Amino acid sequence: MSLLSLANVSVRYGRLTAVRKVSFAMKEGEILFITGPNGAGKSSLLRAIAGVTLPANGRIDFDGHDITGRAPEDIARLGISMVPEGRDVFGGLSIEENLMVGTGMHSHERGWRARAQNELAAVYATFPILKERRHSQAGLLSGGQQQMLVIGRALMTHPRLIAIDEPSLGLAPNITDQVYERLIALQKERKLTLLIVEQSSTRAMLVGGRMMLMRGGEILLDGDARALGQSEAMQAAYFGYGDH
Amino acid sequence: MGQILQVVFDALSLGSLYALAALGIALIFGVMKLVNFAHGDVIAFSVFALLWPSVDAVAIIFAGNLPWFLLIPFVLAIGAGLSVLSEIVVFRRFRRANPATMMIASFALGFVIRYFLLMLFSSRPKSISLLPALSQPVEIFGARIPLLQLITILITMAVLIGLTAFLRRTRFGLEMRAAAENFTMARMLGVRANRVIMGAFALSGALAAAIALILGSQTGTANIMMGANVMLMAFIATVIGGMGSLAGAVLAGFLLGAIATVMQTILPPDARAFRDAFVYGAVILVLIFRPQGILSARGTKERV
Repeated sequence: MSLLSLANVSVRYGRLTAVRKVSFAMKEGEILFITGPNGAGKSSLLRAIAGVTLPANGRIDFDGHDITGRAPEDIARLGISMVPEGRDVFGGLSIEENLMVGTGMHSHERGWRARAQNELAAVYATFPILKERRHSQAGLLSGGQQQMLVIGRALMTHPRLIAIDEPSLGLAPNITDQVYERLIALQKERKLTLLIVEQSSTRAMLVGGRMMLMRGGEILLDGDARALGQSEAMQAAYFGYGDH
Repeated sequence: MGQILQVVFDALSLGSLYALAALGIALIFGVMKLVNFAHGDVIAFSVFALLWPSVDAVAIIFAGNLPWFLLIPFVLAIGAGLSVLSEIVVFRRFRRANPATMMIASFALGFVIRYFLLMLFSSRPKSISLLPALSQPVEIFGARIPLLQLITILITMAVLIGLTAFLRRTRFGLEMRAAAENFTMARMLGVRANRVIMGAFALSGALAAAIALILGSQTGTANIMMGANVMLMAFIATVIGGMGSLAGAVLAGFLLGAIATVMQTILPPDARAFRDAFVYGAVILVLIFRPQGILSARGTKERV
């Protein structure tokens, strides 16, 4: 059974259709890259899954629940953690406070405080720089550190699926390498399901897993990242050769 | 020396009122970008909740005769309750509307509350004696300070310290601060929008009720317009402080109180009638040089 499935999901902003009848499913533990040029509708798709944007039609299911049009906080509580584009850290809060915001969703469970502390220790072990600077304001961190912080913050909520929008945006290549290295290690360790949006397919080919190509609000290709990345169909679809 | 001290205490107690009111407005603005113009009417409502409905000049005290340790929680609960109710009945429906629409809705709500009071109590101010023991003066370094003034300042300090501790040390405070910076992101981390917004309204309403208690005791009258002047000054304080910045709102509230009090003292007697014009002139000067406010708030991201 699939963990996340979308059926004919469309997203519209006024008269503009950003996502056009998209359907796909993800298995638990899968890594899925959604690539495609600017304006392909990748971010809109993620926002619809996270409940931030209401889909115009279609249905989204997660772990046996229909989450179409549910509030973002309900979707987060079901186990989808969203890391939006542009690394939305709470700039005025300290790093530790940023990490703790999401742990409140488990506050009805017994022993959640102890678990949150364990989780915090685990995140600090993965990203030692965050521990070093845990009392400083998050707004003062560098781009790479902020990216680590938002990934750590997503992990703190104990998600089953993490959706990340352009983790490499604005980062130096070696910092991006670091971020991915940790991310993939975490994915293996916790059997996380990863949905990653990136503009280029290079990262997907490096990491492996499954890749989809979006353009004009539709999914044009879907397959193994490495095989697809080298195919001519990919080049053609990305740049839209022969369309016009 | 005594006279200077007198001015300092006047400025601090007036500033306290403005700061408390500005805080109530900034709290709600922070989480939902709503400038709640009904805030002044919540203040008036909290005072009238102590009286039986009547149109006479002398108020018939209802809950006002309670001992202070019951009276104060009662009034705070009234303010918080009305404020939360206004969120549930009115503002919840406007959550996805733009800030201008919400502001107009708040004007409408203010009118509803005010005319509800008008219907029950008439527009004639009523004399009430709330906590009469507080009007006695105390002597500090040669200045005769009304006990109430002293208590106003102390209460405000206590509220500010308490609120800071609440925002910094509790889980709910953390969620409110996160929501004030980026509401959508906070929700994507499981922070419940309704809970945070209702919490902000409850706090804001309780602050309005605290002002109602102070104003009622200070002036000895209940008047359906009594919140309007404070509300206006408080709104100006939140603008000068930087919309949504709690520290800025408090700071600007005290600043306005100080300017108003100092003007009252140093202006020639003939010009004192125009004191407010001078105060607003000072406001314009501040905004010319710092249009974003003294402490501009982070998190100007839109709410969902």
